[in-house]
Amino acid sequence: MLPDNMAKVTLDGVSKIISTALVEDVKAGDYVVLHVGYALGKIDPQEAERTLALIREAALA
Amino acid sequence: MKYIDEHRDGRLAKEIARQIAALADPARSYHFMEFCGGHTHAISRYGLEDLLPQNVQMIHGPGCPVCVLPIGRIDAAIALAMRPEITLCTYGDLMRVPGSNESSLLKARAAGADIRMVYSTLDALRIAEAEPDREVVFFAIGFETTAPPTALALRVAIAKELRNFSIFCNHVLTPAAIQNILESPDVRKLGTVKIDGFIGPAHVSIVIGTEPYEFFAEEFQQPVVVAGFEPLDVIQAILMLVRQVNDGRHEVENQYIRAVTRFGNEKAQAQVANFFELRESFEWRGLGEVPYGALRLRPQYAEHDSEKRFSMVTTAAKDNPACECGAILRGVKKPANCSLFGTVCTPDTPMGSCMVSPEGACAAHWTYGRLREHAKAFE
Repeated sequence: MLPDNMAKVTLDGVSKIISTALVEDVKAGDYVVLHVGYALGKIDPQEAERTLALIREAALA
Repeated sequence: MKYIDEHRDGRLAKEIARQIAALADPARSYHFMEFCGGHTHAISRYGLEDLLPQNVQMIHGPGCPVCVLPIGRIDAAIALAMRPEITLCTYGDLMRVPGSNESSLLKARAAGADIRMVYSTLDALRIAEAEPDREVVFFAIGFETTAPPTALALRVAIAKELRNFSIFCNHVLTPAAIQNILESPDVRKLGTVKIDGFIGPAHVSIVIGTEPYEFFAEEFQQPVVVAGFEPLDVIQAILMLVRQVNDGRHEVENQYIRAVTRFGNEKAQAQVANFFELRESFEWRGLGEVPYGALRLRPQYAEHDSEKRFSMVTTAAKDNPACECGAILRGVKKPANCSLFGTVCTPDTPMGSCMVSPEGACAAHWTYGRLREHAKAFE
């Protein structure tokens, strides 16, 4: 996390300075959806896991 | 990368496709529109259409910001950029969009205009700050995803008293356009296709949430499934749509629940509401005038509104008469139906906007789809 609502992110090994001014409560280690230099939203790890579980379940049905 | 790789598992995608084939009623057909260009790109890139049964078809919608920008707005931006005091900052994908008389921002730059490609509104602000003698104009385009970054740039410009920074606002809104496809008499006159459901956009929905789709799911009895941009997200959304159609349901469902909530990112929405208001009407390429389908700066920020600051005029201009972008944007025609496709019109020398952006249906088909069709022809 950097001053002025900025943060350093890594995109598959590429580092970039982005703005986090549009999202609430971001902290180091969070995954965010990045769009034109701004974090637009956060990824919810639990919902991500649940989605994958549903996909696997549907695939095996 | 985490949250991406696991959503690109081809084996699982094939299994889901098998489910779709088993559930799809052979006595009927299913036409689903993916509104958003990001989905169009994913569908082409990962060959998802090849996995679907014959009677489940995807219709590519108008959700590509570069594609729906009317030529008149490009012409207006070029005319502005030719003025000696102006530095025009733009996202890269606008550079090659053809304007009238074979013009483009790229050609205007070659002719001496000061046009700079930026990755973010933050870059445009930096230019305005570093070069106070230049009139720095940000060519703002895009849907609900790029509007909050533009609003934030305006907030910073005001706070830092960057009086030489203004915005040429061309932001457009997703729900208005979807509604327009479904009900506008103009669009009907131009021709429409049967649609049995929509895949709702990913990033746009992170900002606006799923709630704005509830009205037309109910009003037009159309199922909507908001989906992520990865191939497994899209194919799962198609499965969810087939289930809704089979059950006779028309609900808003959220496949992209790891990032999208019902009410979206309210902090970003508040920024947009602070600085922008609705335009009564705005021209979309391919859809015509869309009521309340675009944003402009609120009057109190006129100083930072390029249209007012430089008395810009937008004159309606015609597309190349052979270009089918209009019909392709409504899903009535496919890229291969256009006589310019792949002959004079390629991503290197685009004649129409759908060939410019990687999110455009023509560019996506050129890059990925045409080779598969070619391969099929030789099977």
